[in-house]
Amino acid sequence: MTTYDARFRIWRGDTEGGELRDFTVEVHDGEVVLDIVHRLQATQVPDLAVRWNCKAGKCGSCSAEVNGRPRLMCMTRMSTFTREETISVTPLRAFPVIRDLVTDVSFNYRKAREVPAFVPPQGVAPGAYRMRQEDVERSQEFRKCIECFLCQDTCHVVRDHEENKPAFAGPRFLMRVAELDMHPLDAAQEAGLDRKRAAQEDHGLGLCNITKCCTEVCPEGIKITDNALIPLKERAVDRAYDPLVWLGNKIRRRTAP
Amino acid sequence: MATGTEPSRQPTGVHGPTRAAIAARHLRTDRWWLAPAGTAAGLLAFIVYSTWRAFANADYYAAPYVSPFYSPCLAENCREMRSGPNLDLFGSWWGLSPALLILVFPLGFRLTCYYYRKAYYRGFWASPPACAVAEPHAAYSGETRFPLVLQNAHRYFFYAAVPVAGILTYDTVLTFRDGDYAWGHMGLGTLLFLVNITLIWAYTLSCHSCRHIMGGRLKHFSKHPVRYRLWGWVSRLNARHMLLAWSSLISVALCDFYVYLLASGTFTDPRIF
Amino acid sequence: MVQVDRQQWDVVVVGAGGAGLRAAIEARERGARTAVICKSLFGKAHTVMAEGGIAASMGNVNEGDNWQVHFRDTMRGGKFLNQWRMAELHAKEAPDRVWELETWGALFDRTPDGRISQRNFGGHEYPRLAHVGDRTGLELIRTLQQKIVQLQQEDFKEYGDHEARLKVFQECTVTRVLKEGPRVSGAFCYERESGRFFVLEAPAVVLATGGIGKSFKTTSNSWEYTGDGHALALLAGAPLLNMEFVQFHPTGMVWPPSVKGILVTESVRGDGGVLRNSEGKRFMFDYVPDVFKEKYAESEEEGDRWYEDPDHNRRPPELLPRDEVARAINSEVKAGRGSPHGGVFLDVSTRMPAERIRRRLPSMYHQFKELADVDITAEAMEVGPTCHYVMGGIAVDSDSAATVGVPGLFAAGEVAGGMHGSNRLGGNSLSDLLVFGRRAGLHAAGYAASAGRPAVSQAEIEAAAAEALAPFHADEGAENPYTLHQELQTTMNDLVGIIRRAGEMAEALERLAALRVRAARAGVEGHRQFNPGWHLALDLRNMLLVSECVARAALERTESRGGHTREDCPSMERDWRPVNLLCRPVDPAPADPAAGRIALVRTRTEPIRPDLLALFEKDELVKYLAEEELYE
Repeated sequence: MTTYDARFRIWRGDTEGGELRDFTVEVHDGEVVLDIVHRLQATQVPDLAVRWNCKAGKCGSCSAEVNGRPRLMCMTRMSTFTREETISVTPLRAFPVIRDLVTDVSFNYRKAREVPAFVPPQGVAPGAYRMRQEDVERSQEFRKCIECFLCQDTCHVVRDHEENKPAFAGPRFLMRVAELDMHPLDAAQEAGLDRKRAAQEDHGLGLCNITKCCTEVCPEGIKITDNALIPLKERAVDRAYDPLVWLGNKIRRRTAP
Repeated sequence: MATGTEPSRQPTGVHGPTRAAIAARHLRTDRWWLAPAGTAAGLLAFIVYSTWRAFANADYYAAPYVSPFYSPCLAENCREMRSGPNLDLFGSWWGLSPALLILVFPLGFRLTCYYYRKAYYRGFWASPPACAVAEPHAAYSGETRFPLVLQNAHRYFFYAAVPVAGILTYDTVLTFRDGDYAWGHMGLGTLLFLVNITLIWAYTLSCHSCRHIMGGRLKHFSKHPVRYRLWGWVSRLNARHMLLAWSSLISVALCDFYVYLLASGTFTDPRIF
Repeated sequence: MVQVDRQQWDVVVVGAGGAGLRAAIEARERGARTAVICKSLFGKAHTVMAEGGIAASMGNVNEGDNWQVHFRDTMRGGKFLNQWRMAELHAKEAPDRVWELETWGALFDRTPDGRISQRNFGGHEYPRLAHVGDRTGLELIRTLQQKIVQLQQEDFKEYGDHEARLKVFQECTVTRVLKEGPRVSGAFCYERESGRFFVLEAPAVVLATGGIGKSFKTTSNSWEYTGDGHALALLAGAPLLNMEFVQFHPTGMVWPPSVKGILVTESVRGDGGVLRNSEGKRFMFDYVPDVFKEKYAESEEEGDRWYEDPDHNRRPPELLPRDEVARAINSEVKAGRGSPHGGVFLDVSTRMPAERIRRRLPSMYHQFKELADVDITAEAMEVGPTCHYVMGGIAVDSDSAATVGVPGLFAAGEVAGGMHGSNRLGGNSLSDLLVFGRRAGLHAAGYAASAGRPAVSQAEIEAAAAEALAPFHADEGAENPYTLHQELQTTMNDLVGIIRRAGEMAEALERLAALRVRAARAGVEGHRQFNPGWHLALDLRNMLLVSECVARAALERTESRGGHTREDCPSMERDWRPVNLLCRPVDPAPADPAAGRIALVRTRTEPIRPDLLALFEKDELVKYLAEEELYE
């Protein structure tokens, strides 16, 4: 077992302000950044605020920015850094800070509420649902999401433009729309809800310029851009931009009594 | 997309009043600028080269090879290419290079391509320059307004790109002739054209719109087994869309350059048989 | 006088894991205004860690399955100490709870004909676990979370307020259940973000706080598992049941040290993974106990055939109940046949193609790749036992989930005892959460509707606030809560761990008393805003209380059964079968911190209903039941 002293720069502060503070702390074999933060708590700064939970990459609580990159601290191994470098750890920079490494992520919970829930099909009793594996696989990929909100944090649409927050659901919740639209038994259409149109009109799909940072930071390796956002854009095109569809609708409306 | 580039007076984004007070625009320590810089350099090189070649209106045919930039050739001022892609749709009034007529389609296809959009938004427009690196623009409206709302027309360019790829396939078949139009021969150019057409098709079919049309739009794959299988194939290609975008871009430029070398007499096509 | 914000609700649910959310959904649908309060963010609860699946006898894969078989498996797994009525309700209601999830949007893996696929698991006779790859817990929590959002969307349409009838107080902690006389009147809470105190006044409180694993050093449990609900119940006067039964999951990661204890799902074995020692031997064949001899394969060939043809072969002994496997691994390591880092080898790489491993066990592949640099498709994993689950818990009424002696207090999920007896089968926890979560919500809402509103006294609030603020007033020589926590974990792990001895447990009780004395002086720096040192100092009270329960009960039960293994009393004693150990708080609480807080009471279990007993062969019952029970 080898041990060495690593240099860290950790942001400490709150809504009033703060700064990056330097720490030197012991590191052992096989440790991750979250272990180091815990050692700092136990030995140097007992009130260092940090969110964490499972420490196994399954709950998505310990999101932060390590050397400027949105990461889960529990999944960032110390062996990926050289012993000489100073490692910076800051809170997520797209959300309001609360204290130290903890940010106010309520934006995401607000957005979650804006996406209309799954609409169960009429007349299908519990236990009578029949779905093929190939039909659920696309949505299953999106349901791997652990809601760490790293994609929401890195997305420049809201990270760099606070004013877009009301109009933009962010990658996580656009993916939720895609998940429901691809759900083989979702009966939104029958209930008069057009998820494809809603994606464009209510959730700000048009603001996404598919620059793929959400996919780059996803700790679950979900292909958010290629499998959720772009297919959703194509589905929205089916509604709004397809002249054939537009023409068809016009004609149908004309002939309708 | 951004409508202004000067930094705004009010601090916003990562420097907004509610965010953690950190002066730096980013704290990345890796060479994050390398990817956008490389992308920008690569695209720029292609733009310069293709602009020169498209306006040149010369050295685009060396029997049996026709430059992919000039195929199909749609004006009367095109060179006569025996059984080649001469399709005089525009007549004699078109006085400029005929390449401009046809290049609109592959250009539009690539310009609205989901991968190239990412590449040039990042590389040329720095929106964003890299992940978690603050962008320099004060405002951002994404693809919601004119002209960027037109990006949604990608699938129509896809429809147009398919016949173009078909004609380039025809051109490739024609390369199995020698300089005297006798069939059953091959030169180094034939190999180049074969590689190019393979990459062009792979790129075209790996397109996200194609994936959507093939099966992505369906709710129940299980009810459409053939389309599901097609979707699966396209999906596998689609995973390499970026790679195919670059390699087909390079191969198409190389083919054109090869034809230029032959047509300008700088180089002679080594014949294989 | 402490001024705190007071809010009135009908039902307060403490904990937002599977049981808590299911209870909240039920209570709200029954018309109760319901508040959920949880220590983490909404949707991060420990339930997400559950991997294998939800046990429910839907019979989708093997039509022979039904609730009776599930009931039998559960009783056998728990060594007949289960509160049989709970096991019965659980087996009967689990399929409905799973199907209901589908109507809320859950997407389980499917069978070829489009039904919910079910997988094999230790101790289950048939493939029974509804699953989504190896992230079933995540699917469960997300589905319940999204159902709650859906209910809130309905309320928004009706009242213009998402939180009109169902609100989640995230990142808040309850430190006391408040009472008027014997009855529950509310909960005293603080908000982690601001450190602000508040009181939720409600006639009914459902405890759904999960387990106690953070009292042990090597554990698969997250930081939240500090036994809060157990302690809240004790402090409110409700007893705990059979706290000596702690499940050590046989397969936790052992290397590197920082991830030691993280779970390696049982599905690895259910799907074909095998355990080997350093000599390459599949040692589990040597550890099949007599009571299971007829149900498990005797040769590797037979075990291997079982995966393809379960009707004509017996299952491999790697799929024995967890307690057996954990003990076997422990013995192998002790005998010097362990892996380099003190575990044994769990191998799937030689058992199935790499592509299939990545598809069936994606998060395990990911977890080992990311955290240990091990490619499980190419090499074996190193695994060893890790503290995973507490079978013991708050004593509850089987049908209503009501606690004993405190009207208005309910408990469901891991925090409740009885359901799993002395050992829980894999997959039975998620179904437990749903079945009894729903029942707790149902009965809490019913109780709240008829109970009126007991008053919350200012004196109680003052006392709770003073208790919570004590760590800020520690004098010179204050104890570091992190140090105390580490010492507690070492004590429990080493002295009341997987193999127990009377002397060590007595020593543990002494050390716990010493820790209590020091914990009374625990002090923290900084202020109340999101201060993890302070939060830990408050959680220490709960961990110390619960640890004392575990140690006292374990010392008292002089036999080995399920999750309680005594080296000095190695066999299962039929005479102990009908005995429950209740931990009751010493009342009034002694002023001296060194004095014990817990008094043990022996009670007799209710006789098993004859029609349920008839589900077993006489020969089998003879092995479990006490002499006098057999003649009844």
